[in-house]
Amino acid sequence: MDWIRICPLDAILPGGGACALIGARQVALFRPYADERVFALDNVDPFAHVSVLSRGLIVEHQGELWVASPLKKQRFRLSDGQCLEDPDYSVLSLPVEVREGMVYLPVQKD
Amino acid sequence: MTATRLLVVGNGMVGQRFLEELVDKAWPGEYDITVIGAEPRPAYDRVHLSSYFAHHTDEDLALAKPDFFTRHGIHLHLGEAVKRIDRARHQVETNLGAVIGYDKLVLATGSFPWVPPIAGSAHPACFVYRTIDDLKAIEARARGAKSGVVVGGGLLGLEAAGALKALGLETHVIEYAPVLMAEQLDRMGGEMLRRKIDALGVQVHTGKDTREIVTHGQGHKLRFADGGVLDVDLIVFSTGIRPQDTLARYGELPVAERGGIVIDDHCLTADPDIYAIGECAAWRGQFFGLVAPGYKMAQVAADHLMGCDNAFTGADMSAKLKLLGVSVGSIGDAHGRTPGAQSYVYQDDHGGVYKKLVVSADGRELLGAVLVGDVDDYGELLQMKRNALPMPAHPDTLILPAYAGARPASGVSALPGSAVICSCFDVSKDRIAAAVAGGCRSVEEIKAATGAGTGCGGCVPLIAQVLNAELSRQGIEVSNHLCQHFAHSRQALFHLIKVNQVKTFDEAIRRFGQGYGCEVCKPAVASILASAWNDYALRPDLAVLQETNDAFLGNLQKDGSYSVIPRMAGGEVTPEGLMALAQVARDFQLYTKVTGAQRIGLFGARKGDLPRIWARLIDAGFESGQAYAKSLRMVKTCVGSTWCRYGVQDSVGFGVELEHRYKGLRTPHKMKFGISGCTRECAEAQGKDVGIIATDAGWNLYVGGNGGMKPRHAELLAADLDRDTLLRYLDRFVMLYAQSADKLQRTAAWVESLDGGIDYLRTTIVDDALGLGAQLEADLAMLRAAYQCEWQRTLADPAHPSRFADFINSPAADPGLQYVPVRGQLRPAALEERRTIAIHRVED
Repeated sequence: MDWIRICPLDAILPGGGACALIGARQVALFRPYADERVFALDNVDPFAHVSVLSRGLIVEHQGELWVASPLKKQRFRLSDGQCLEDPDYSVLSLPVEVREGMVYLPVQKD
Repeated sequence: MTATRLLVVGNGMVGQRFLEELVDKAWPGEYDITVIGAEPRPAYDRVHLSSYFAHHTDEDLALAKPDFFTRHGIHLHLGEAVKRIDRARHQVETNLGAVIGYDKLVLATGSFPWVPPIAGSAHPACFVYRTIDDLKAIEARARGAKSGVVVGGGLLGLEAAGALKALGLETHVIEYAPVLMAEQLDRMGGEMLRRKIDALGVQVHTGKDTREIVTHGQGHKLRFADGGVLDVDLIVFSTGIRPQDTLARYGELPVAERGGIVIDDHCLTADPDIYAIGECAAWRGQFFGLVAPGYKMAQVAADHLMGCDNAFTGADMSAKLKLLGVSVGSIGDAHGRTPGAQSYVYQDDHGGVYKKLVVSADGRELLGAVLVGDVDDYGELLQMKRNALPMPAHPDTLILPAYAGARPASGVSALPGSAVICSCFDVSKDRIAAAVAGGCRSVEEIKAATGAGTGCGGCVPLIAQVLNAELSRQGIEVSNHLCQHFAHSRQALFHLIKVNQVKTFDEAIRRFGQGYGCEVCKPAVASILASAWNDYALRPDLAVLQETNDAFLGNLQKDGSYSVIPRMAGGEVTPEGLMALAQVARDFQLYTKVTGAQRIGLFGARKGDLPRIWARLIDAGFESGQAYAKSLRMVKTCVGSTWCRYGVQDSVGFGVELEHRYKGLRTPHKMKFGISGCTRECAEAQGKDVGIIATDAGWNLYVGGNGGMKPRHAELLAADLDRDTLLRYLDRFVMLYAQSADKLQRTAAWVESLDGGIDYLRTTIVDDALGLGAQLEADLAMLRAAYQCEWQRTLADPAHPSRFADFINSPAADPGLQYVPVRGQLRPAALEERRTIAIHRVED
């Protein structure tokens, strides 16, 4: 798998998120703690079809971490994109790597 | 089926209640109903008549919804009185000459104030206190008056004294008997009440026999039998009521010796086609001057008319009231007249509390009680008497304070299911329990579902007890915990954070919570931290707690763009400001609209453009309007005395000052203020969280109003305030709200949730009874000093504008934001109008 460098890890606030543009795709990055754990989901809220998930709050329910959409608060699991309210509305989850203080996402293959 | 012609004479509280019972139960078309009312307006709440001075609108006191009569096809004749009943022909004749036939007739003509035959009592400066028109007349006369007296120190007389005091008059009360409220209170209870009323500045004169009223110029002199005199400007008589039974006397229906149309247990008069209900009726020789027995009669008469089984079995005259701010309760045999009765007395002169229990000779049964200054026990004691519940071994434990003796367990669980909790609307404990089982979870919901507690309101604490008991019995957990991460209410957490000087979410959750946090507690704690310390909202550790609106200092719109709304304090904007705003809107292609808050909103701003847009606006002299925040949004003003021909105060100038005073302060939910320059109220201030209305003497301060989904009129907190006093009260109100409301609770819901509601607020804010005033003011001053325009601060920090970029790895603009034209501007493209953004599966 080829990786593309996105940004320094420190560019994402601990507890916060950011949006990366890869080709035509918008990817939400989440950094729940002050360490190197980073999660990536498709940025589009599947209920509203609007690209905003990176601006949601990172929340804990049922012992797991989710992002709550900033539009209407549906929650999507950081680890795999599953929607808590309705699994039919789950979002794509992407692998993400952090090396030497930099965040990498996979390059999209045609 | 031919409709029965039903004629109801009188549209007071009881007459209206009868109509509601009937239309609720009858088949549509079963009755052809005509109502004749002598007053110019439909039924209103006479019990809370003095609250008319708080709002000055008839609608607030109205009992029926405006469309009640048309919706039910009821013919309503207002301002018309029945002159004569022709029983033989089954018809009545009115003072306007109309003749109206009936099959069944209901007399609900109420009572009239009785004025003793004192010389001079017919002077125009003498009033009675029963109708809205009486109140309007008193108010008009009071404008040129300094002092007033109420003759009669009974329940209604003290109500009337409250009204005179509210009008700003030096107020006196004259009572013939040696004690106040001699009907309901014993001598010591009356004495305690008198002391408390004296302390409020109302001068009480008992044991005074008024013999004559002498008019000299504009003033009036009351002469008493003991030779004393009293000079006043207006006089209100409240010396008792008499049943309005004239129609019966002329119609040759029997009336009781002391007045009142004689009725049987079904509220039927001697004529089988005529009912009488309410104060005009006498049952077993007695008439009832309270509303609860009248309501019961309304129900009985409606049931009997429709062939249902129901009977009036008398009513006890127990009552709980608040007179001039003093709580008073009286139950059953308050005077201990039952042979062999024994009493227990608790008196606390310092706290102004007096309680007496009257129990049967064997000590097993509660016969009556008197409560002055503290009526918390009223509901339980009343139930104990009504249901003849067994008394505890030491009856005095029922009235002792908690620290002076253990109280027996709460009474509601001991009540039988049939116990009537709300006597105004005859709602039993079983019915409340059923409402809880049916999903009601709050007193408000129970009120809406059953009507309980919506009459005199005296049973509301008891409803709350039944609610809580039922919830726990049915295993339903009600928790005011913030969320699963914080087992504290917002108010408790606020105090923990404040007292322990906690400045971050991490410390708060480590010390007072557990886990990671969620969409509930993160913004709630951010709001608490802001209300406690007012630190910069985008400090990195705080920024990640904020909802997206606060995180990017704009309101997120449905398409992912944000709105830009600069402050226009009081709705003022200069031509230069408008031009700058217009230029920015044009350059960034923003949709422009005047918002509901007297300011201008620019919509469709890309996140990445926000810093550049705001830099331009700040250069033009604007600052953040906090339209995105749970904080003061704006102060809506009318143009006031500067321009308006009617304005009496400078509402714009004061509105601008207020907006700057409270701007930026984070509160549990948003706040909107309104300020009107005269009583025409063009700023609609009474629909706002804080409403201020100019008077000749200063400003009236209203709080807890709301528009939106559940409109609510604001309630008067204090009247005729000068600027400094108003600011002091407002500082306390805003801070108390910030510190003690629940998360996302608007002031309207907060005021309703307070035990005692507006009275509690008045005690705390105006009287400063809890001694919190100075601290609240200091807290607010600290927050004000920490105010900074968030956009100015954000732009000054070189690290921050990059946070707003659409993408963390590209300077590109978000291609998802697409717009189409509408009425010369742009709107977001609908889903089907958007160019599709392809989403492909990424290789694992």
